[in-house]
Amino acid sequence: MNAFADTLRSEWTKFRTVRGWVLGTLAVAVLIVAFGLMPGMRGTCGKTGPASECALPTGPGGEEVTDSYTFLHQALTGDGEITVRVAALTGRALGDPDEPGQAVEPWAKAGLIIRAGTGQGSSYAAVMLTGGHGVRMQYDYTHDTAGRPAVVATGAPRWLRLARHGDTITATESADGGRWTTVGTARPRNLPTTAEVGLFATSPQHSEEMHSGLLSGAMGGPTEVTGTFDRLGMRGGWTGTAWHADVIGALVDGPAGGAPGPAGQSGPAGQSGAAGPPARASGFEQVGDTLRLTGSGDIAPAVAGAGGLGVSITQTLVGTFVGLVAAVVVGTGFVTAEYRRGLVRTTLAASPGRLRVLAAKAAVVFGAVFVAGLAATAAAVVLGRRVLTGNGVYVNAVPTATEVRVVVGTAALLAVAAVLALALGALLRRGAPAVTAAVLVIVLPYLLAMTVLPGDAARWLLRVSPAAAFALQQASTEYSQVANLYTPADGYFPLPPWAGLTVLAAWTALALTAAAVSQHRRDA
Amino acid sequence: MKHVAGMRPVLHAEWTKLRTSPGTFALLVAVVVGTLAVGASSAALSDPAPGADLPKLSLTGVLLGQAVVAIVAVLAIGDEYASGLVTVTFAAMPGRGRVLAAKATVVAAVLTVASALAVAGSVVAGWLLLPAGAVAARPAVGSLLYLVLVGLLSLGVATCIRGPAAGIGTVLVLLYALPIVNAAVADPTWQRRLERIEPASAGLAMQATVADPVIGPWKGLGVLALWSLGALLAGAVLLERRDA
Repeated sequence: MNAFADTLRSEWTKFRTVRGWVLGTLAVAVLIVAFGLMPGMRGTCGKTGPASECALPTGPGGEEVTDSYTFLHQALTGDGEITVRVAALTGRALGDPDEPGQAVEPWAKAGLIIRAGTGQGSSYAAVMLTGGHGVRMQYDYTHDTAGRPAVVATGAPRWLRLARHGDTITATESADGGRWTTVGTARPRNLPTTAEVGLFATSPQHSEEMHSGLLSGAMGGPTEVTGTFDRLGMRGGWTGTAWHADVIGALVDGPAGGAPGPAGQSGPAGQSGAAGPPARASGFEQVGDTLRLTGSGDIAPAVAGAGGLGVSITQTLVGTFVGLVAAVVVGTGFVTAEYRRGLVRTTLAASPGRLRVLAAKAAVVFGAVFVAGLAATAAAVVLGRRVLTGNGVYVNAVPTATEVRVVVGTAALLAVAAVLALALGALLRRGAPAVTAAVLVIVLPYLLAMTVLPGDAARWLLRVSPAAAFALQQASTEYSQVANLYTPADGYFPLPPWAGLTVLAAWTALALTAAAVSQHRRDA
Repeated sequence: MKHVAGMRPVLHAEWTKLRTSPGTFALLVAVVVGTLAVGASSAALSDPAPGADLPKLSLTGVLLGQAVVAIVAVLAIGDEYASGLVTVTFAAMPGRGRVLAAKATVVAAVLTVASALAVAGSVVAGWLLLPAGAVAARPAVGSLLYLVLVGLLSLGVATCIRGPAAGIGTVLVLLYALPIVNAAVADPTWQRRLERIEPASAGLAMQATVADPVIGPWKGLGVLALWSLGALLAGAVLLERRDA
């Protein structure tokens, strides 16, 4: 172990005394920060007076949420039970009146809900029928339980029931109003004794993948759903007929989705998120016992990407790619320069354990790049967010743990990439091919996945290639119950963050092993 | 007349060096194979929608081929600095600008041959694997010229920077990192502005046949040519000014 410490020290001395390597490591940091602070993105949030501030409502868990729907409700106290029959669901794309007969959006929702209040982001539990995902129970935005599959065609209605007992809400459903099946139970976080109970309908943004040449993107627009309800009834302590219809979170503060849209700043080409639905005073009509609720938006966690708004903090780390090249040059140079100058023979004479030398070099490069990278990514995220916000761009809030993971993970990615480059340098012994190989195996799969390749091939490539490590930069969570395009181009990676880094680390370990074997076999 | 006579031995020397230096042939093979492999697998994996840019899709491999082209060009000068051969070269042939011109000539020549094979192979692969309409003349010729110009740009950059690792790093930033950074610029005006002046995005406008590119194809290639010329001129000036 002592021998390793000596080797480590001599390698560190070499590293810190060669101006090019120190400058290269500093370049990693400077490039990342410089590109992170690069202006060029503009938005209108907070730019036209205090009313233009962009902020998404936050749910009971502190996460950003989308909360807009049409609500037929009344305040009810204590325990009770509400039942309704969903007779039909019909959908329509907004902003394109010439397109009739649009299918119901798969995540369009209509059903029963109990909420702490009508304020956006308030705690709730709901049972609903969806356009394409059957009966669901959802509560507090992020929780989703699947019930039985169901398609509401006229003539095959569905019964839904929501029962409150203390803090526990139970959702049940039935095909005939006789035999009932439990969908799930929930304990919403803050449900007061007197809660708003009633019917709701909402339908999210439609988005679909689009490929044209080298540009992938998303297209779509807002949609609405009309839920036709009848046989509304209450039991067990709840009574009342004083219903109010409200369109929650609509229009007043922004486009469909109810969330404030930073206009002038949009995602991939072709996204038409700005076209809001036509204003409507009330999405409610009653004909005899039949109630019709028409709503647009979603009650769900807010997501970034095609179906979402704002940018994620990853935007501030765009300099990673430039920094990566610098890190790779440093990593390669640290070993190829010794071969070039013949210093390697002195090194190996002084410390004949070749593996030990390789390990010490790898440790020094990893440490140096990691420290420089960490300082840079932390600065880029913190300062870059200020620049973006100052420019009027809405930056999605993320939990602190995610932010730390993005910052530390990006630094780790750079450091592991530098070690991969070092291994390739030891293997190839020539700087230029080693640098190119290291950059290509990491950046080219990413580039191909983001541009040319279709979704499936892109996801496959980002699972097996060293570029999988970019999953560490994913800042937004993928929710299966939220309609959105979760493509790599929108910042959603197929692997969990640290699994992605493991893929890169595995490739690096492979390259290091190959380098060690070849070092052992070949003359210096 | 004296000038022409003076150029021949320089060309001959540079050709001998390039031909005999280890790895040149393997790298040229890699240009062809890499371009073909990525182009063919992109064509095979994609399920192009009607109206997709098929010629461009079949030439996706250029995204890989350009890196290998850059290695060939960077090593043509970088290896001389790395091994110290450059001092011998300049002792034998003191006209440094002429040496660079000769290097540019022989590098362009071998890259033309390798790129022509790579592009021709990709076009055939596209014709076999993709629906009708995947073969077009301008994207193919454009890709060939693009690769050669990337080689000259790399030679110029490597002459300025001298170290092969740092030289190739700079070239890779120009070719790969800038387009990714550019894609992240959300302001569309700035994005278009940058795409018009960046070597890779401007040069690759030659491949586009359907989407409206930010710059005309030949104009885009001209932008890349200006980059290459500028890098070579800067290299020539620095060669004259600096010690070898």
